[in-house]
Amino acid sequence: MGFLQSGFDSLAAMAAMMPLQPPAASTIANSVDQLYLMLSGITIFFSVLIFSIIFYFMLKYRRKSPNESGTQTHTPMSLELTWTIIPSLICVGLFVWSSSLYVRNGRPPASSTEIFVIGKQWMWHLQHPEGPREINELHVPVGVPVKLTMTSQDVIHDFYIPAFRVKKDVLPGRYSSIWFQPTETGTFHLFCAQYCGTNHSEMIGWVYVMSPTDYAVWLAGGEKTESMAAQGERLYSQFGCGNCHSPEAGSHAPSLAGIYGKPQKMQSGETRIVDEALIRQAIYFPNSVHLPNYQSIMPTYQGQIDEEQMLQLIAYVKSLGSEERMNGK
Amino acid sequence: MSTSQEKPVESGVNYLNATYGIRSWLLTLDHKRIGLLYLGSITLMFFVGGMAAVLMRLHLTEPQGALFEPETYNKLFSTHGIIMVFFFLVPSIPATLGNFLIPLMIGARDVAFPKLNLMSWYIFITGAALALYATLSGGVDTGWTFYPPYSSLYSHTQVVAVALGVFVAGFSSILTGLNFIVTIHKMRAPGMTWFRLPLFIWAMYATSLIFVLGTPVIAITLFLLGMERILHVGIFDPSVGGDPLLFQHLFWFYSHPAVYIMILPGMGVVSELITAFSRKKIFGYAFVAFSSLSIAVISFVVWGHHMFVTGQSIYAGLVFSVLSFLVAIPSAVKVFNWTATLYKGSISYEAPMLYALGFIGLFTIGGLTGLFLAALATDVHLNGTYFIVAHFHYVMVGGAVMAYMGGLHFWWPKITGRLYPDLWARIAAAIIFIGFNLTFFPQFVLGYLGMPRRYAIYPAEFQVLNVMSSAGASILGIGYIIPLVYFIWSMRYGPPAGKNPWGAKGLEWTTQSPPLTQNFEEIPIVTEDAYNYASEAAHV
Amino acid sequence: MSELAHGAHPQGFAHQFEDVEQQRDAGRLGMWVFLVTEILFFGGMFASYTIYRALHYESFVTGSHLLKVRFGATNTYVLIGSSLTMALAIRAAQTGKKKGQIIFWLILTMILGAAFIGIKLHYEWFRDYQEGLIPGVQWFYNGPHAPGVKMFMCFYFFMTGLHAIHMVAGLGILTVLVIMTARNKFSPEYYAPLEISGLYWHFVDIVWIFLFALLYLIGGRYPGS
Repeated sequence: MGFLQSGFDSLAAMAAMMPLQPPAASTIANSVDQLYLMLSGITIFFSVLIFSIIFYFMLKYRRKSPNESGTQTHTPMSLELTWTIIPSLICVGLFVWSSSLYVRNGRPPASSTEIFVIGKQWMWHLQHPEGPREINELHVPVGVPVKLTMTSQDVIHDFYIPAFRVKKDVLPGRYSSIWFQPTETGTFHLFCAQYCGTNHSEMIGWVYVMSPTDYAVWLAGGEKTESMAAQGERLYSQFGCGNCHSPEAGSHAPSLAGIYGKPQKMQSGETRIVDEALIRQAIYFPNSVHLPNYQSIMPTYQGQIDEEQMLQLIAYVKSLGSEERMNGK
Repeated sequence: MSTSQEKPVESGVNYLNATYGIRSWLLTLDHKRIGLLYLGSITLMFFVGGMAAVLMRLHLTEPQGALFEPETYNKLFSTHGIIMVFFFLVPSIPATLGNFLIPLMIGARDVAFPKLNLMSWYIFITGAALALYATLSGGVDTGWTFYPPYSSLYSHTQVVAVALGVFVAGFSSILTGLNFIVTIHKMRAPGMTWFRLPLFIWAMYATSLIFVLGTPVIAITLFLLGMERILHVGIFDPSVGGDPLLFQHLFWFYSHPAVYIMILPGMGVVSELITAFSRKKIFGYAFVAFSSLSIAVISFVVWGHHMFVTGQSIYAGLVFSVLSFLVAIPSAVKVFNWTATLYKGSISYEAPMLYALGFIGLFTIGGLTGLFLAALATDVHLNGTYFIVAHFHYVMVGGAVMAYMGGLHFWWPKITGRLYPDLWARIAAAIIFIGFNLTFFPQFVLGYLGMPRRYAIYPAEFQVLNVMSSAGASILGIGYIIPLVYFIWSMRYGPPAGKNPWGAKGLEWTTQSPPLTQNFEEIPIVTEDAYNYASEAAHV
Repeated sequence: MSELAHGAHPQGFAHQFEDVEQQRDAGRLGMWVFLVTEILFFGGMFASYTIYRALHYESFVTGSHLLKVRFGATNTYVLIGSSLTMALAIRAAQTGKKKGQIIFWLILTMILGAAFIGIKLHYEWFRDYQEGLIPGVQWFYNGPHAPGVKMFMCFYFFMTGLHAIHMVAGLGILTVLVIMTARNKFSPEYYAPLEISGLYWHFVDIVWIFLFALLYLIGGRYPGS
């Protein structure tokens, strides 16, 4: 493997001089590039093969006289099978390789830092759980896995960082997520990659990967902002959620202490995990969430709470341990 | 068999001069005249769509955009896509060459339903007129994919008018497909068994299956989108329980098979050209025929590969990925069979053959780059970038349009009874080949570098590749104009072609050029396989 | 194959064909292919409806209960009856009955078809209009699950509306058939247009049966509801 690795390194060095690929700045970038290289190799191989055979035949079998015909040849089944089976095997190999890469790359490590993204025409709003907000910029520390939870306020967008080889559509009405772990510091492009209207091509920005100390400095500097959970707590009391959801309020509504991430049985018998999507659904479409032992009396907050506030409320609920921390403390 | 020594006679009565006057054309029931009516309409649409492309590439020579505001650029790429896909590529070979040739090739006098055939043309130009009207009265800026919620709730352009135009034109496809299926099933001449059919017919049959099964779904999809816009009911609006991804599933359920509508006829043409210009039976006839059918069938179960990054489940991704790899295999089989057909052939290099060979090379590249997109891990990086744009232009332009050009050049003498200057045709083919590669190869690189598609402005580091691409586009444009000139010239000044200027096999070459209105004096009785080129001079 | 003398071809023969047999086969195959396209056409709508029903089951049940199921059921019988009369018309032609009898059954089919549309318009859609249940046109529903009910009603009107358009087209075709019969175009040797129109009519009937089951009968209904 070391031999292959140095081979790839030299190719990478050549590539840096004549960029055919973006910087490889995340833990998965090299593996994606390797697959890309293999695919390119196969493409070049078969194209050159076909082109060469065609050129050779074109020259060797060019017509010598106007009335000449070709010579009939027999079609051996073995040849047909060979050139059906070999491409099939290549495809199977490529499928297995790319799928295992895809599945592996799809699972964020448990220790990921979470950052939240809202796409809207035509800018990216990003919020760190510690509080700082960014527009069209994302500061992250190197060597730390980062999970982005994203939604759109309007149309479908797509969050794309070429240098990390990650991309995911950002849709209204639901959360999507990607993760990455940067491997080098630097500044990298951020693009919207799903056409979203007039200024789609201006919905771009920069990702700044910093050393952990620089990142900590950046995080602490700037305007003093509350953490998302604290902002969520304020919203929680502003909208009177405690009127039903606190233990003093009786049994109108389930307690929220420690519910995040736990399985919840629904009235239909189905079990769902209490995640961002379920909390959002409960706040915007309460009539569609039926819990056993509770009446459907929760009002909807659609139109009153926007997507950014939703993420802050969710951050607050996440922060609730099994001790009681409600009532505005 | 020698036909080049026969002196071509000036044609007497034929389908072109049998009746005169505009009514005899606008009310014709002759499949050959209908084919020409389509030829005129889609050529017009090709140049409209091409104009949009020229403007786009000129604009993209500068990172901040050389010519237009983003809004205008967005309308240009949307118009380009809509017109090229729905009003040029989908009808191109089927409606022109298919209409003209299918009855001739199978030994019939016309298609099964000639009146339906004429009606299909009128439906097509109605749809095209609607789309052109929409383009001229504000345009549309949703992209040819019309994704909601942008297209349903946010765009202020002529979405409904264009969607209606596409909806209407879709019925033209459906009826044409229906006509072809019945014609091929029921009207073959005596002795013309399925396995004696030219491979163009197999390809047209497979294409027609997709026409009739896929097109109704895009009709419903656009209907739902139109209703949402007109009635303001949130079919695809998440805030009222709608799902924008439902639109994408419905849209791609048609639009993926649609791309095979665009390539299968081209593959059929290439089979005819390769055999005619190497004067040899096709290598692996049954394999090529069944490949066409397999492609048509498998094409219906791969649509999800357009949606790998939408957040669909990993399992859906895996299923669509493996099926997308599978659909590549029959195409590979065809490429190998065409190449092997050249072996021990007697090959000549007139323009149609140059186009056919160009097709094989460019389709190979285009098809293989599809594997990058069928592969989940690479598709994540490449989706929504110029890599996709390059991929589909390689198969659509390097593939389908080159096959169309090859077919036009091959059958032009039969259609018009005239020859065009082959030297100019070869020059144009070479210009097209060079211009095409210069336009689209840099876009593969741009895509991997991360430049997204549908961008009116872009980071300066991408400029060199964009300028290369635009330079190629201007060359490509010139390449397409040259045939227009000599084809028109040939209709008046071209030397008479005679029955069979190429010495090719096939029932269409046994009739006069141009053919009689009723195609054959007597319906032929078929006794030999397709491409039955006897070996007269042994090849050493 | 030599050309037959013109008089040897029966009425209605189209000259792109070699013989009547070929024409009849082609006509039948053509109609079946057309019906397949219609299955895909309605199918796209049915698929969307099914997906939304799965996602919003309760709302769809609520919406379904707002439909006038008695009239829907009546219409189902009406259409099945019209398929019977259509089949009888074809049978009459097949067995060489007088044209008056064929026309009788055709007109009865048309009456039943018109009755279907009339019942739909008057007892269902007009009442929906009065109750404010037509999204985008007249909508003032205030009950539970309003967004989902609106979605349901959208699909209800799209699906039954498309079906109704096909019915009206069918009535047009039947009118043409009546005229053709009156002009003595049909005989036991040549009644293909009747046959293939019958196929179309039966198909429209079958689509309705699916619509009725999917739209009107979900979530179960109790007597009297």
